[in-house]
Amino acid sequence: MAAHSDHSNDFHQTGEIPKAQTKVIWKTFFILVGLTAVEFLFAFTMDAGTLRNSIFIILTIFKAFYIVAEFMHLKHESKALIWSILIPMALVIWLMVALISEGSYYFDSIRNYFN
Amino acid sequence: MSTSTTLEAPKTGTWDGGNEPLKASYGKLMMWFFLLSDAFTFGALLIVYGLSRHSNAPYTGTPEDFTFSTEWWPIPEKVFNAFPGFHGVDLPLAFVALMTMILILSSVTMVLAVEAGHRMDKNDVQKWLLWTILFGSIFLGCQAWEWAHFITGTDEGMLLADGTRIFGANLTMNQYGPPLFADLFFFITGFHGTHVFSGVVLLLMIFINTVNGVYHKRGHYEMVEKVGLYWHFVDLVWVFVFTFFYLI
Repeated sequence: MAAHSDHSNDFHQTGEIPKAQTKVIWKTFFILVGLTAVEFLFAFTMDAGTLRNSIFIILTIFKAFYIVAEFMHLKHESKALIWSILIPMALVIWLMVALISEGSYYFDSIRNYFN
Repeated sequence: MSTSTTLEAPKTGTWDGGNEPLKASYGKLMMWFFLLSDAFTFGALLIVYGLSRHSNAPYTGTPEDFTFSTEWWPIPEKVFNAFPGFHGVDLPLAFVALMTMILILSSVTMVLAVEAGHRMDKNDVQKWLLWTILFGSIFLGCQAWEWAHFITGTDEGMLLADGTRIFGANLTMNQYGPPLFADLFFFITGFHGTHVFSGVVLLLMIFINTVNGVYHKRGHYEMVEKVGLYWHFVDLVWVFVFTFFYLI
């Protein structure tokens, strides 16, 4: 079969393949695992409350930073790109504050309806 | 009269397209802005969870005396305490910890694939893509188990006022608490799971292309980077789902 003589899929590596640079990647991995472990530590040793929730949220933001900055490489992009992504996220924070306080208000007004 | 020369010359002025303020390729930029819009969607879902939680009564007793009731929002670690093969054993958040580890690990193998792509190392790209596909698929399997357990319910179920018991959860009935809690569980983890599934499909496609040498002939592995961005985003969303749904 003549069709088998098609070698267009073959490729030839030209030159040496450089050594892998994986130090930063594994460092980021261990930071993420460490932060998750700390979260579990707090989950099992601390009573639930606003303080514990704040700790969780701060640790989550740290984890998010390492994923976006290192894994998604955003830290090494141009300033304009970094801000194009980060500034719109302020809208989400606004929505969060607005709707969560709305939820608390709703709960209070339902609970105190007959008082 | 030669009029064509001025039209042929590339324009390099700042306002003629010669300026590249974001210094990223079209494809990567579009992936970033897609992910931004996706972040809004997930943000909205998680914020609705917060809204629902704040508009329902919290559980005020001690954690030891906690029972499932539609009167109050459940404590997540009392709901998600099952592990495959350990029937009836109280292992709070153990399974979700395992799922988190699997997803973080898949993110690492994804960056390693991207890194191998920068070095034009086809074999390494294949190897790390396969690991990522494997971990992604395991995560999906874990989520299927988690859903199956959530829908089936526990041995005790929830005792209703008329003496009957309900087991498990669906969109209208929920043994763990208010029906809204189950609805949000299905929507949020389901939407995330759909993203993981799409990610695995994309990974399979770029794996096949890598094996066929498509990217090698193209001279760069940027497609692996773009799918990588998507995959890390899925991991990022899980970090938030994990905190707001399972921990708080």
